[in-house]
Amino acid sequence: MKILVPIKQVATLDEDFEFRDDGRDVDPDFLIHDLNEWDNYTLEEAMRLKEGPGGEGIEVVVATVGPESVDEELRKCLAKGADRAVRVWSDALEDADAVGVARVLAALARRESPDLIFAGVQAADHACGATGMALAGLLDLPHAAVVAALDYVPGSHSATVRRELEGGSYASVRIGCPAVLTLQLGINTPRYASLRGIKQAAQRPIEVLDAEALGVTADALGAAGSASRVRRMYVPEKGRAQMIEGTPAEQAARLAQIIKEFGGAA
Amino acid sequence: MSGILVVSEHRNGELRPVSRELVGAAVALKHATGEPVRVAVIGEAPERYVAELKLAGVDEILTVQAVVDAFDPEIYEASVRALIEAREPSLVLLAHSVDSLGYAAPLVVKNGYGFASDVFGIERDADGWVATRSGYGQKVNIEVDFPGRSVVVLTVRPGSYKPVETLAEPAVSAIPAPAVMPRSQHLGFEEPAGGDDVNIPGAEFIVSIGRGVGEEDNVEQFKELADSVGATLGCSRPIADAGWLPKARQVGQSGKTAAACKLYVAMGISGSVQHMAGMKHVETIVAVNTDPEASIFTIARYGIVGDIFEIGQELRNHF
Ligand SMILES: Cc1cc2nc3c(=O)[nH]c(=O)nc-3n(C[C@H](O)[C@H](O)[C@H](O)COP(=O)(O)OP(=O)(O)OC[C@H]3O[C@@H](n4cnc5c(N)ncnc54)[C@H](O)[C@@H]3O)c2cc1C
Repeated sequence: MKILVPIKQVATLDEDFEFRDDGRDVDPDFLIHDLNEWDNYTLEEAMRLKEGPGGEGIEVVVATVGPESVDEELRKCLAKGADRAVRVWSDALEDADAVGVARVLAALARRESPDLIFAGVQAADHACGATGMALAGLLDLPHAAVVAALDYVPGSHSATVRRELEGGSYASVRIGCPAVLTLQLGINTPRYASLRGIKQAAQRPIEVLDAEALGVTADALGAAGSASRVRRMYVPEKGRAQMIEGTPAEQAARLAQIIKEFGGAA
Repeated sequence: MSGILVVSEHRNGELRPVSRELVGAAVALKHATGEPVRVAVIGEAPERYVAELKLAGVDEILTVQAVVDAFDPEIYEASVRALIEAREPSLVLLAHSVDSLGYAAPLVVKNGYGFASDVFGIERDADGWVATRSGYGQKVNIEVDFPGRSVVVLTVRPGSYKPVETLAEPAVSAIPAPAVMPRSQHLGFEEPAGGDDVNIPGAEFIVSIGRGVGEEDNVEQFKELADSVGATLGCSRPIADAGWLPKARQVGQSGKTAAACKLYVAMGISGSVQHMAGMKHVETIVAVNTDPEASIFTIARYGIVGDIFEIGQELRNHF
């Protein structure tokens, strides 16, 4: 059996940053990249099944839609034990939103026909929370979002999942498989890659495809296949925090005063 | 295509408060654009929720009967599609909630609707609906539009709009339930596990730590700090996920709300939407963060750009 784990390289902003000339994104020179936090958990959950009872035959495939620089994140996953890595890219995907990315992942999933797909609930950068479930919709597979626990015996036709709701309560759901699940932080404890794993991953091949090779037509690529279009990006007006300046000692003294005033008032 | 459709949410027999916020958003847009507002409720006995949805500004309440009351993504998807076909709205508002995360995207991809999630601003101009959401850890705002889409679905960030509380007498219509063969089955709800005997909802003064603490061994000193200043120790999610503190201390959307809190000191917490959901109503928030651009500073009353270990150390000298 096969588990497909789509991953994303996310970006955080450098302390000082500038927007691109067209004002629709940050100039890439000011972005710092990392593997999406949620994806550590999705990969771990796949590995947990693979290493658990009945998991011997499981193949874990990590996949991403992104330019060459994203190979770095795929290698992190290979270093932790993923069997195979695939990256899909075409320049036209530059302007794709979560739906546009899901279209490409769906084409890849059709080729791979996995038994389970584990995506993160959201990505740490834009927090759309849409890619995994858009993929489920495009593949017309059973799906559950924000899964905090998974009970699945490899090869079964259903899984029991615990969806984490607001306020810390949960809903238990039985779901038919193949299925697409978005997994929540805390579902497991992600492993670190071993030094040996990292060294080996550096030598492993990454399959690279362009979207067209998967049969994604030009009218489904990038902006054309997306459900929204960015008009502009800007820095919001800053909120109202009154900054406490000075040395750490002075800052702490002011904080102590705030706490004592509060204590006196209470 | 015209009109605004709001899809309400309920859980365990109760309407979720965010539903009235969505009505608030829709009614504000009705004032700006003249579009009628319709509110839908999907459930086993949807009439149960109708009285509470008779809110000022709503033109029509639509009920869809479902085979189960608990949320099922495929029932919601099919029902909302049926509602869109029946009333042809140009804008559909869902809550940015755990339930919508499960069906909004499948709905939009199958029907080619425009879509944006977690939006907190909505407008309409000559080109159609325009939504604002945030990006890069809430450090920027992103304005998106939906060229060529006659129906736009938006999930709205809880807390961004004022709920409508005033009642009125809108018309009520039943929309026939679409046939769905759900491929998942709701088994039951579980309430949050009790942790140690902390009471985040009842605490008036909370010192809360986030991933800025770095490692488990550092947690102890903040426990002591909270004790010495007379505060309850809270935390953000990564701390609870790692098992460094019990879940009962987690503040936020999937944790506890700091309901009685008057002073909240957030140390090494970035200020994600989900964390802020549990503390942003607090009167006095003080944020300590090494990153001057951390989004927690946008809601804090006082900000300290600094290292939590240094500030913590200095603070101890005063108590
Ligand atoms: C459905 C859902 C529900 C969720 N529910 C919750 C919830 O209930 N509660 C919750 O908290 N999160 C929740 N989250 C997770 C949330 O999205 C964030 O991942 C989380 O809040 C981040 O926690 P953080 O601020 O501690 O960590 P980060 O975002 O990593 O922030 C750490 C901060 O510490 C600062 N820092 C680092 N070192 C230092 C130092 N030495 N001194 C000072 N500052 C330092 C950094 O600048 C940074 O701003 C939820 C997510 C989802 C999708």
